[in-house]
Amino acid sequence: MAGINRSAAQLLATIVGNKKVGQYHQILISVGDLVAQCKPGNFVAISVGGLNSKMVLRRAFAISRTTTSPQYGGAIELIVAPFGNGSSWLCGLAEGEQIDITLPLGTAFGIPTTSVNALLVGGGYGSAPLFGLAEVLKERGCRVDMLLGASTGAKIYAPLEGKRSVNSLRIFTEDGSMGETGRITAPIAQLVSELQIDVIYSCGPMAMLKAISEILAGGDVVHQCAVEEAMACGIGICMTCVLPVKDETGKISNLRSCIDGPVMDGAAIEWDLVGKTLVL
Amino acid sequence: MSQLDFSTTLGNAWFPTPIFTASGCASSGKELAQFFDLRDMGAIVTKSIMTKPRAGRATPRMAETPSGMLNSIGLQGPGIDAFLANDLAWLVEQKARIIVSIAGETAEEFASLARRLRGVAGISALEVNISCPNVENRGMVFACHLESAQTVIEGVRRTIGGDLPIIAKLSPDVTDIVSIARGVIDAGADGLALINTVLGMVINPNTMRPHLGGRTGGLSGPAIRPIAVRAIYQVHEALPKVPILGMGGVSSGADAFELILAGASAVSVGTASFGNPTAIMKIQNELRQILTDKGFSSLREAVGFAHRPESSVR
Repeated sequence: MAGINRSAAQLLATIVGNKKVGQYHQILISVGDLVAQCKPGNFVAISVGGLNSKMVLRRAFAISRTTTSPQYGGAIELIVAPFGNGSSWLCGLAEGEQIDITLPLGTAFGIPTTSVNALLVGGGYGSAPLFGLAEVLKERGCRVDMLLGASTGAKIYAPLEGKRSVNSLRIFTEDGSMGETGRITAPIAQLVSELQIDVIYSCGPMAMLKAISEILAGGDVVHQCAVEEAMACGIGICMTCVLPVKDETGKISNLRSCIDGPVMDGAAIEWDLVGKTLVL
Repeated sequence: MSQLDFSTTLGNAWFPTPIFTASGCASSGKELAQFFDLRDMGAIVTKSIMTKPRAGRATPRMAETPSGMLNSIGLQGPGIDAFLANDLAWLVEQKARIIVSIAGETAEEFASLARRLRGVAGISALEVNISCPNVENRGMVFACHLESAQTVIEGVRRTIGGDLPIIAKLSPDVTDIVSIARGVIDAGADGLALINTVLGMVINPNTMRPHLGGRTGGLSGPAIRPIAVRAIYQVHEALPKVPILGMGGVSSGADAFELILAGASAVSVGTASFGNPTAIMKIQNELRQILTDKGFSSLREAVGFAHRPESSVR
């Protein structure tokens, strides 16, 4: 009607899978035909805690993958870290339980119309939506290379089947417990030139997204990053999740990462102004 | 069975239902329009608009608290010019009933905003937000000082003329809300919006500093509902003829009913919409059912019903 989240709907959806994968939970939610509207990068906002919960705000989760099966129809997959009260409640739900969800929300990763060389960079469980994206890019004939990083190996999310859709996968941990030792951002500059990367897709902590933007500054590589900001509503009404973004004319404004994001142009975000008071 | 009269009035403005959005909790209206038809609720109360575009406060702007949340937005908005050209024009096109909320740094700014809105077609009422807690200068919280509050309302009244109802939005963070309420009514307000958020703070145990970018924030949600009920009850008791737009932690029809019994003629829903985009429709339906079940033939009969004498029935 108004063009904001115009594919979105609110529904009571059934959990059709909840499996522990390392430190994370892989949760599958049946959403019917809405699955066709869910694109890599989109997210879902979930009401947590049940009736009479003292948790009044929805929780936002990136949709990591979509599937369709004859058993439960269209479904979305979330990778959830049970760190907070809301996410722990969600991870504790059994198959068959219903949750109130709103989806799909926010912007999606832009998919190139021609075959390009793409580098996918995921920090922690931020890697989850990149595997679904990799499949879509592969179908477009893109070369897809992937870097995953975390502080320690247990925090790496890298499903076996996900590896099929990438040309190469390198893992970095800061403590050296898995893959190569060091930060995920270390090899990026070299890879960009060696593999003639056209576009970087990233998802993970803000410090990682900022570091990638700094490495790419002044170059031609497009940086599509999925940002993480604390949200109260996920649908654009609370104004809490803003980031300073520069438009074509150079004007900087606080944009909502829920509707103007989560996927944003890394070069347009004024990273040094994040968390600062913006003077108009 | 006779049909329930669900309509309400604030001053000379009529609304088919008593459930509204709360200012600052529905952005420009476009966001909620994806989830329900804006014409199906009583009115949309817009975010508080200022003269110039405003970036608002630094992030983090939000902290969830038990049965509530703190926000520290700081009146981010596009300024009156862009608001009139884009947001308001769109809302008028949707045929939504509109209450425009205004905020200013000075009494003069409030008056000049009122001048810009005078004569704009499609507005049902004006909310004068003299109580936003998220400003750098606590002196800007006009509703905490009787004289400043009156000066703002007098200026708006003089500018807007007699037609458009003025609703003054008050803060619960005062010693005696009744005296402020009486003062702004004497200064020319037609109604009152009760209550704005309650000033609060959260300290982050990891950083060991205030969590919000603006340090303090406004507490909203079910946690503050008893404060809203108390404020509405006290003001309605003292000023029974003054219409009150009640708000504060309403997330069900029963909650809205409680504010109406205390003396609210209409109820705004804010934080509940963050947790549920269709909360307004749910609350409206539940309230209609409760009023019918309790045997009221009109919403108006229920307004202030908690004040009835001990001897009366029901």
